[in-house]
Amino acid sequence: MQKITKDILIDKSIELLSSGKVNRVLGWKNGEFDYDVTPYVFKTEEEIKNDFVFNGFSGANFSKYLVKETLKSEEKVLVFLKPCDTYSFNQLLTENRFARERVYAVGIPCEGMADISKIKALTDEAISKISFEGDSIKVDTLYEGEFTLKCEDVLLERCVNCKSKKHVAYDELIGEDGEVIDSHRFDQVEELERMTEDERFLFWQNELSRCIRCNACRDVCPACTCEKCVFDNPESSLNNKAISDSFEEKMFHIIRAFHVAGRCTDCGECSRVCPQNIPLHLLNRKFIKDINSFYGDYQAGEEKGARAPVVNFTFDDIEPGEAVKRGDGDNA
Amino acid sequence: MRKCSLNSLSDIFSKISESNTLYLPVDTNEGAAFKKWEEGTVMSEALNTNRSAKDFFFPQTEDLMEFTVNKKEIEIIDTRKESEDFVVFGVRACDMRSFEILDRVFLTEPYDSYYATKREHSTIVTLCCTRPNETCFCTAFDIDPTNAGGDVTAYKTEEEIFFKSNTPKGEAFMKIIEAFTEETSDDSVNEIKDKTKAILKKLPLANLSKDSFGGGKTEELFEREEWEELSSACLGCGTCTFVCPTCQCYDIKDYNTGKGVIRYRCWDSCMYSDFTKMAHGNSRNTQIERFRQRFMHKLVYFPENNDGIFGCVGCGRCLSKCPISMNIVKVMKTLGGDK
Amino acid sequence: MQIKGEYKPLIVAFCCNWCSYAGADLAGNNRLNYPENVKIIKVPCSCRVNPMFILRAFQRGADGVILCGCHPGDCHYTTGNYYTRRRMSLLFSMLNFLGIEKERTRVEWVSAAEGAKFAQTMNEFTEAVMKLGENKRLEDLRCKR
Repeated sequence: MQKITKDILIDKSIELLSSGKVNRVLGWKNGEFDYDVTPYVFKTEEEIKNDFVFNGFSGANFSKYLVKETLKSEEKVLVFLKPCDTYSFNQLLTENRFARERVYAVGIPCEGMADISKIKALTDEAISKISFEGDSIKVDTLYEGEFTLKCEDVLLERCVNCKSKKHVAYDELIGEDGEVIDSHRFDQVEELERMTEDERFLFWQNELSRCIRCNACRDVCPACTCEKCVFDNPESSLNNKAISDSFEEKMFHIIRAFHVAGRCTDCGECSRVCPQNIPLHLLNRKFIKDINSFYGDYQAGEEKGARAPVVNFTFDDIEPGEAVKRGDGDNA
Repeated sequence: MRKCSLNSLSDIFSKISESNTLYLPVDTNEGAAFKKWEEGTVMSEALNTNRSAKDFFFPQTEDLMEFTVNKKEIEIIDTRKESEDFVVFGVRACDMRSFEILDRVFLTEPYDSYYATKREHSTIVTLCCTRPNETCFCTAFDIDPTNAGGDVTAYKTEEEIFFKSNTPKGEAFMKIIEAFTEETSDDSVNEIKDKTKAILKKLPLANLSKDSFGGGKTEELFEREEWEELSSACLGCGTCTFVCPTCQCYDIKDYNTGKGVIRYRCWDSCMYSDFTKMAHGNSRNTQIERFRQRFMHKLVYFPENNDGIFGCVGCGRCLSKCPISMNIVKVMKTLGGDK
Repeated sequence: MQIKGEYKPLIVAFCCNWCSYAGADLAGNNRLNYPENVKIIKVPCSCRVNPMFILRAFQRGADGVILCGCHPGDCHYTTGNYYTRRRMSLLFSMLNFLGIEKERTRVEWVSAAEGAKFAQTMNEFTEAVMKLGENKRLEDLRCKR
């Protein structure tokens, strides 16, 4: 699935660690199974040799970890960034969320990450072994025997609609840089826009009513870096923690998406981590699509220091009444 | 023990729902979830539901009482309702054990009448596992998934389903389904049990040991330096606690509706930064402390206070749901010296 | 909100202190009629209204929410309403994306001299919301018991 192997990254980590350029490495650690990879800060060569892993399940976006990690030491931390991670990296830098000089960023190519729930759906619930061989994945199951799947059939949603294979920030690049991709990521948003209001309401009612308010979408989001979230603040009257009424989760998700509008790089972590399989990225993409359509194309994180569209204006912006009509697909 | 063909299962469901509300696992967008049975509902074949079955007795949010305020007069309105009779069909052994754990929390002093009424009016039909997952480790906590307990224990094969009653409520259930089933010997499920037991031995987590944990281990484990590395990637979200069948912490809040106040309780998570926030401040300020609390509670404090019963049932939900794939198995292996 | 058997929608109108609130005042001084169920909330600038305010209004029983501010270019704080325009364009488009009827939300620029426009806008908006009926899609049932 991935063209580069973990050995290249291990060698690079050890090289930078032993030369003293960095004193720790933010990477992916082996799990119990072949798919439960955990973000981890490696401090020694031995740890790296034993536990470092990079495969089709190294999906976690490390950019947000840098906010906390760079506060721990003045020494540099080595971080591996996939193309989509570099957008979040830039966006966080734009918002001055971490000290750039404390990070050594190595860009790595990515061929897309696998979604374990898709693999389980196509094979068997009980998986004993997963191995990657070129463009295919070999899956051994406990009851149904062996399966060979095509990588492209089990990609995470965000990878199916990958927006860019280009790294927008790095100190060093492994392999060749890719290009921005003309993706189909707004197709499903458009599909929803073409529905009637009633249909859309039912669609979202069905999706959002499953929310259990675990906050995983917020906590994993590289754009959500407030020290104290308004939803956790007892003084805000918003920390209801409740799902008792359909209003609560709608409010939570509207505010969550609005707060990151113009700053969301569409990294797709929210949908990846949702334990209830809610397609949260559609809310973010709706904002991105509207911003592109109302105020001109804008990709958050593409350029460090760019002024986000929500904190900007022109004298002849579209009027809200018109905007809602256009957003509804009337002009589509 | 009684049995019937799987073909008559929908007749049985139909019969049960004449007198009880019947809930069973159904495939939905979120994965399998307990839903109310209606004509035409198909039972899920998934091993377990996405969320646990604790919702039936301890729902995510529950109104406790209401107040109306009229100048200086405060009227308290008791909104408690007697629960209706309901049957939960297809609970697995792990979730069944979780009810016993929740009972120890809610049905001892202070006695929780909200929980109790739902518990009293429920009949639980467990379904023994035949195809456990790689994430299963209930056997580590001495749970036997081939003898799941509950009011009625059910066994399912490709063609037939067997029912064995364990309690008076179970007997009442057997009466309801009597016309659809025929008597058979208890030994007829031995083959299913043996087959499952053989599989259990081969599961990847079959050798997980709880020996390093349990009551009295607080001092030994509390200051272990591994907590830092284990918790370092933790996002502090509540996914593990909310999918967990045994997590039972809740918060009580007031909601001002403009016309009165609703006092409700809702699940809370020890992983949240404001979980221990009190008037004097916060006693757990870092994620390490919060993370440690969750696992120490399940593996040390709970057994210490509850005759050695662990607060984890090995259902494996946190293994498959944690956004960063950190979970109780990794904690047990790291601290237990297995890795 | 049900009054004497006849349905009258509850409208929340956020009005900026400098133009729109004065516009509403003028409408009153000129004895222009607009529905009494329009509840005005004065804000320093239309830009003060954050999305939470709009959602809260719906939660607490509003059937329609309208936001009035100075005409673009005339903001007392020079640029406040330009930001409002962007924010509300995005927010209202999102609400509609979630299936909330687009007639329930509106932004109108009303100057201090436009008392007649204020009254007319409120009449039109109330009528549009009246056609839709009660707000069911962004309601909080707890507040309706």
